[in-house]
Amino acid sequence: MYVEMKNIYKQYGNFTASNNVSFGIEQGKLAALLGPSGSGKTTLLRMIAGLETPNSGDIYIDGQRVNDIPAAKRGIGFVFQSYALFRYMTVYDNVAFGLELQKMPKDQIRTRVMELLEITGLSGMEKRYPNQLSGGQRQRVAFARALAPRPHVLLLDEPFAAIDAKVRTELRLWLREVVTKLGITCIFVTHDQDEAVEVADQIIVTNHGEIEQVGTPFEIYKSPDTPFVAQFIGKPSVVEGYDALNGFDAIEGAKRAIIRPEFVKISRLGKLERFMSAAEEGIVEDVVFRGNHLDVTINIKGISVIGEWSLEKDTLEIGEKVNVLIYRLYIIDEQQNRTYLCENKEMQEEDIFYI
Amino acid sequence: MKKNTKTTRVIPGFHLTLGITIAMLSLIVLIPLASVMVKSLQLSPAEFWRLITKKNVLYAFGTSIVCSFIAAVINLVFGLILAWTLVRYDFKGKRILDGFIELPFALPTAVAGITLSKLYSETGWFGKPLAALGIKVAYTHLGLIIALVFVGIPFVVRAVQPVLEKLDGQYEEAAYILGATPAQTFFKVILPELRPALLTGFGLAFARGIGEYGSVIYISGNSAKEHTQVISYVIMQKLNYIDYASATAIAFVMLVISFVILFLINIVQMRQSRRTNML
Amino acid sequence: MTEQEKLERQSKRTRMILIAVSVLFIFLMLVVPLAAIVVNSLKEGFGFYIQAITTEYVRNALKVTLIATIIAVVVNTFFGICAAWLLTKFSFKGKQVLATLIDIPFSISPVIVGLAFLMTFGRLGWTYPAIRAINQWLGTNFRIAFAIPGVVIATIFVTFPYVSREIIPVLNAQGKDEEEAAALMGAKGLKIFFKITFPQIKWALIYGIILCTSRALGEFGAVNALSKTRGETFTLPLEIDALYMSGTDVSITSAFAVSSILVIIAIIIMVVRNILEHRSNKKMEKGEA
Repeated sequence: MYVEMKNIYKQYGNFTASNNVSFGIEQGKLAALLGPSGSGKTTLLRMIAGLETPNSGDIYIDGQRVNDIPAAKRGIGFVFQSYALFRYMTVYDNVAFGLELQKMPKDQIRTRVMELLEITGLSGMEKRYPNQLSGGQRQRVAFARALAPRPHVLLLDEPFAAIDAKVRTELRLWLREVVTKLGITCIFVTHDQDEAVEVADQIIVTNHGEIEQVGTPFEIYKSPDTPFVAQFIGKPSVVEGYDALNGFDAIEGAKRAIIRPEFVKISRLGKLERFMSAAEEGIVEDVVFRGNHLDVTINIKGISVIGEWSLEKDTLEIGEKVNVLIYRLYIIDEQQNRTYLCENKEMQEEDIFYI
Repeated sequence: MKKNTKTTRVIPGFHLTLGITIAMLSLIVLIPLASVMVKSLQLSPAEFWRLITKKNVLYAFGTSIVCSFIAAVINLVFGLILAWTLVRYDFKGKRILDGFIELPFALPTAVAGITLSKLYSETGWFGKPLAALGIKVAYTHLGLIIALVFVGIPFVVRAVQPVLEKLDGQYEEAAYILGATPAQTFFKVILPELRPALLTGFGLAFARGIGEYGSVIYISGNSAKEHTQVISYVIMQKLNYIDYASATAIAFVMLVISFVILFLINIVQMRQSRRTNML
Repeated sequence: MTEQEKLERQSKRTRMILIAVSVLFIFLMLVVPLAAIVVNSLKEGFGFYIQAITTEYVRNALKVTLIATIIAVVVNTFFGICAAWLLTKFSFKGKQVLATLIDIPFSISPVIVGLAFLMTFGRLGWTYPAIRAINQWLGTNFRIAFAIPGVVIATIFVTFPYVSREIIPVLNAQGKDEEEAAALMGAKGLKIFFKITFPQIKWALIYGIILCTSRALGEFGAVNALSKTRGETFTLPLEIDALYMSGTDVSITSAFAVSSILVIIAIIIMVVRNILEHRSNKKMEKGEA
């Protein structure tokens, strides 16, 4: 592991920001600390940077314990949520600042700054001041400034939070591309699951100062370890009394289940081609236009389930009867803090029967 | 669990600036003030009591507190009007008007004192017409109050102005759409928002008034018989007579009053910032 | 007339009344006194004016005033920057208390300040034996109370929080991200201060220094208690007091003439404040941080 946190504990007054946190990130990987606000993710990032000190526990970078090494000597680059660009310096001076501190010769600084401005697509902007730039450009200056002294680890605190939606998507892909190309280890904080899923190789899900799960975006998505992760990722609908649904049995102690829209197939009444025995009959309760599809809420035996409906098909009417097939769901056991993935039993049996 | 309670300070200079700040604060402010406190506490309680309850001392305290209070109330009203006019309305010469608010801060108190005294004396620009109407200003409580209004007005205006500037116009519009009359909007919506700033300005003007010396001693006349001596003047008098015991005893009481006002202002401000933080 | 029109007329009337009240108040309470100083100082003609402000006493008072002011401004600027840095860049226990203590000189009667220094350095003060011992040892006659050092130190006291109070709000508004970012890259304290913090507080600092200067030049009560020798330890305000209290028409005119020196400085302050205020308003309108 290149960056490693071991048994980190951090408290502010009565508030526990990190409770026995341990995780590691491999060299060259892009990791996301994902969690709701107040879950302690920024504190973790700031501790790696050396902006905060844990009450107990160890932080390692490249095998070396860095707890007692000052922030400036840890070989990290940090991009602040507000960017913290030096407002009285030009773009050039901002990027050159760290290099000047390293007493690099002037001509080398110039080459390096120009190279970075090139990478970040800011060539020609070197004489501008931060307040003359757009949000996306500021973000890239902050990025160039952090990268200039060739850090081994790049840390970003909510890097896209202050940018409008359209530019954000572009910047995400751009960040991923640049970081991968440079081969630098990178950790960023976000509360946006789409951002984490799209950009990161590895996601660390935090909640209430604890780590809920560490894994690739696919793992986090496919097999959430805890009820929190299951409810945080995707577009979950929480249902009670899930054992009333066709094909699912109750697990003792677990009262609730989570169904994502992609687990649900909606068909017009009688139009379902297979697995009729595994399907349910439901009534359309609500239809919401989502731009590229419709979200349809269906009432099945008093349980509300949300599924998607393509715009290509004829619109469903509220009150219409439909067939619903639920492929699988996550049963969550809050007492044990576990989740169970359950496939529709009827579908499996039918498979066996027919094939 | 708690092993390492040391906090990180990435920005350098904490210990250095802490040391310098506390050292200079102690040397210049705290130790001299403590000297007064200690000196006054060396008096026996009975002696202390006797010194601060002398008739002229009590009258002076009364004069200072009552006149400062009246002046602070006047400043509260006019300060609010001035701040409102300067923030909400646009008119020619507004910036010059705004600049003049600063005059009492910028003008040395002694200069203000002799000027006001001259203006309101029976031969002065204001004193003459007022005397014709039978109103005597110089060497009366009225003159004292005018001087205190003069020194206190910027405190209220400068406390209210920034709050009023930040007060969103939508606030009033919301009240208006809900059917509030302008008067209702002002008293029910705006005034409560301004209350902490008004209290702060009032407190500062009041505190300044109680301790005021230079700007009031010329216009007040300093007559023991007419009760126009202010408490600062009495201390100065005691100093001139080398009556340090009385001076320190009176100063002790004044310091306590100052600290109480300062403390109350701090509470008001802390409450305000807590409330705005929650929004 | 519709209800809407009625309301509009009402609000127009309120506006007129409030502006009139404001203009009248400022004119009577502030503008006229300022004019009175100018008029009174020139009552005996311009030649007399020049003569009045160049007497031996006035020249000496000006010297003492300037010494006290310059020292006070230098000391308080240094202190103000240190205190502002401490109170805005770090969080620690007792911060609020410290901030309150720094503001104490604002709410204390200047006469008490004078008394406090007499009780500390005067004949009855607790440092007096030490001062006397040093004087005996060195064979000097160094004094603080009733001498120029006392005037200087009292001036420092009354202007103590002026600089810090002007820069603290600016630094608070700017946050500490930029300093943190620079420190993360390995910048040292002075470098961070001069390259990053100083440009942010430049104007506030200048304004604080001007305010500090004005207050220092005009201090009266505290100095009055600590300075008793006209022509030696008197400052300009004390000289004005002495002239005014002489009571003759000529000496009163002289008092106003000397005052006019201080008035010029007061006017400069009003103008500079106005310009700075205008600048920051314009910045806010442009939506700059």
